[in-house]
Amino acid sequence: MTSNNKLFAILVPVISVLLGLLAGGIIMLSFGYSPIEGYAALWNGAFGDAYTIGETIRRTTPYILTGLAIAFAFRSGLFNIGAEGQVIVGWLAAVWVGLAVDAPMYIHLPLALIAAAVAGGLWGFIPGILKAKLGVHEVIVTIMMNYIALHVVNAIIRDVLTDHSTTTEHISGSASLASEWLASITYFSRVHYGFIVAILAAILMWFIIQRTTVGYELKSVGFNQHASKYAGMNVSKNIMLSMIIAGGFAGLAGAMEGLGTYGTISVMSGWTNLGFDGIAVALIGANNPFGVILAAFLFGALKEGAREMPTAAGIPTELVDIIIALIIFFVASSYIIRWALTRFKKEGK
Amino acid sequence: MDYVIEMLNIRKEFPGIVANDNITLQLKKGEIHALLGENGAGKSTLMNVLFGLYQPEKGEIRVKGEKVMITDPNKANELGIGMVHQHFMLVENFTVTQNIILGSEPKTKTGKIDIKKAEKEIQQLSDNYGLKVDPTAKISDISVGMQQRVEILKTLYRGADVLIFDEPTAVLTPQEIHELIEIMRSLIKEGKSIILITHKLKEIMEVCDRCTVIRKGRGIGTVNVSETNPNELASLMVGREVNFKTEKENANPKEPVLEIRNLVVKDARKVEAVKGLELDVRAGEIVGIAGVDGNGQTELIEAITGLTKSDSGSIKLRGKEIRNLSPRKVTESGLGHIPQDRHKYGLVLDYSIGENMVLQTYYKKPFSKGIVLKHNEIFDKARSLIQEFDVRTPSEYTKARALSGGNQQKAIIAREVDRSPDLLIAAQPTRGLDVGAIEFIHKKLIEERDKGKAILLVSFELDEVLDVSDRIAVMFDGKIVANVDPKETNEQELGLLMAGSNAAKVGDKA
Repeated sequence: MTSNNKLFAILVPVISVLLGLLAGGIIMLSFGYSPIEGYAALWNGAFGDAYTIGETIRRTTPYILTGLAIAFAFRSGLFNIGAEGQVIVGWLAAVWVGLAVDAPMYIHLPLALIAAAVAGGLWGFIPGILKAKLGVHEVIVTIMMNYIALHVVNAIIRDVLTDHSTTTEHISGSASLASEWLASITYFSRVHYGFIVAILAAILMWFIIQRTTVGYELKSVGFNQHASKYAGMNVSKNIMLSMIIAGGFAGLAGAMEGLGTYGTISVMSGWTNLGFDGIAVALIGANNPFGVILAAFLFGALKEGAREMPTAAGIPTELVDIIIALIIFFVASSYIIRWALTRFKKEGK
Repeated sequence: MDYVIEMLNIRKEFPGIVANDNITLQLKKGEIHALLGENGAGKSTLMNVLFGLYQPEKGEIRVKGEKVMITDPNKANELGIGMVHQHFMLVENFTVTQNIILGSEPKTKTGKIDIKKAEKEIQQLSDNYGLKVDPTAKISDISVGMQQRVEILKTLYRGADVLIFDEPTAVLTPQEIHELIEIMRSLIKEGKSIILITHKLKEIMEVCDRCTVIRKGRGIGTVNVSETNPNELASLMVGREVNFKTEKENANPKEPVLEIRNLVVKDARKVEAVKGLELDVRAGEIVGIAGVDGNGQTELIEAITGLTKSDSGSIKLRGKEIRNLSPRKVTESGLGHIPQDRHKYGLVLDYSIGENMVLQTYYKKPFSKGIVLKHNEIFDKARSLIQEFDVRTPSEYTKARALSGGNQQKAIIAREVDRSPDLLIAAQPTRGLDVGAIEFIHKKLIEERDKGKAILLVSFELDEVLDVSDRIAVMFDGKIVANVDPKETNEQELGLLMAGSNAAKVGDKA
């Protein structure tokens, strides 16, 4: 039974990716483009050479962390729409520490990462405490917190970190995740050591959720608050803790951009979308930390590879977006279909 | 023969199991026919076949002598078969009328729903059968008993001649049960026929004409109720002799374990539900609280266990004040609690049985070290409890949701008893369970008593209170109004006391 389920769990996303590719191929055909050329371009864009592989990994890194931020909160029954805002404040905090502190790397880099996690955690804590103490729905508050993050961070960049400029200075090397060695083996891609942080974070989430009393309580609260209270757990504390840890993951995703990819932070005219895409990553990854890694990789590869499709196969970028959306749609809906199937089975008993 | 419904040699399989094997049920016009079986025996499956939710693999169904295929519930409705479900299918914030007409709304010429006409029809139906339902009342404002009558009206409104009642008394108070029985009799008088799914023998003896027994999916046979007795029915149902009277030695009560003085608890609407209650439970005795639902029992239990804050008074457990401590502190002070609602409070249904077994102890040795859980110890413990308490589960890794009600309850009892608490509160511990499971649970409670534990039993089943308790405290309107010896009382006297009449007791003494 269980081994059967595991096979199922792997087979379903694989089949749905294939279905999505098939649907995308039909779209390309019907618009007069060659799907083979299109997908070849997609593949080459994501894995064609050392440079694109490096860039794919770079793109995957923050997706892992925002995926974890959604998945972790979801495990305790909370819908964290605020990963976007948590990413932004984490990014700012990381760059700020990267600019303002002067310390050797073994202090400076961890400090910048911790600052990002704390900032994201704080951004998660506010909706957490409002939910726990006053019952305000976390979806509303996290959405609002996204706007607050965007505009506050923009103001700080303009008026505090710079003198009315749109981009900060580059962080000092002692806080940077970038690596000359990684760049040199990937033909000067922007891949950085952040992916190690992301994978460690996934392992941390697995450990907390599966192996600790903290995770036992968080999941229990997610499944059944009444029984958790009956069992003597502090439901409010667990709601807050879950949002803080989730926010911390998202804050780290911001640090990946601030300390790794860019080394700066710029005034943003819109969302980074890392947090919102994280919702889809968590969904496709079935809220499992290792599933999240795979789903983030799928996202990273699609987004990176898609850049090659207009130039190599002449497919317009709008169509590329549709194809990617279709693949995600099929993966996500397979999850829904399976959910519906298992429910149906349960009721049939 | 004048049968309205005949289900002949029905067989229904699900992957891996045969849920119904060669079951025959014949319903005469104008009779109340009981369908008796343990939990999981296949009663619901059989009725779902009749109601068109499942298609049988073998056998045939005849309605008024004609062979029919019932492909879906609409077809069943057309054939005059209606079902009163155990879990009501009602829209809470609709009125009675809106619920009843849902799906077959009468329309005016302009296409508007003709609610006035429907209300009138429903009022008339209600009057015909003495249901006393107000068609304009909102579902959320009426009692559970009334909601059930709305379900009955729903089937009548759709023209049902045959009504299937799925364990209708499980959710009702004794008074409501009595009224339901009257309603069923008046339905029969008007020419309806009834199939009553139940595992309560007393009800069968009281209202039914005939009874079909199924055991583990097989049809055992049909008996005339007038020619049988509860003992025979019980042994037909479980396949062995059943002891109704729980055997126990006399209690040997010692020092008080729980002392409640002048306790006041307000309910969610800030109305006093417990009004200065006094109660003692001593080591080595079972105190049963008898009372009609809604007289403060739930609030009392929640106050003792720390789930609700109480307003004043004192609750002492082994001499230590525990009033308004957190549930965890109360549990650690030596309290076990078998909650009234096992799905809401007793279990995390999506956790495995093993994980549920350590719901209050997961943070302690040996189940964890620091914050790290020790899965081996947790599941070892679960295995031994599963064995000791005969919890029927495929494994300790199975989700609690997948177990039957009786086995879920056994798992809760295993967990609570195993912690060896000084005081065990058992709230409705046998609700919805079959005789085999009830027997087991009563035996366990008495075992704990004999080990010198104090047991507080709260139940709406008078039989249970009378049978298991060493002392009965009658609760009415937030207070204990009488303490009686179960050996010297009876249901009538208890019933009067529960209704707030002190006359019975005073009269006895005078």
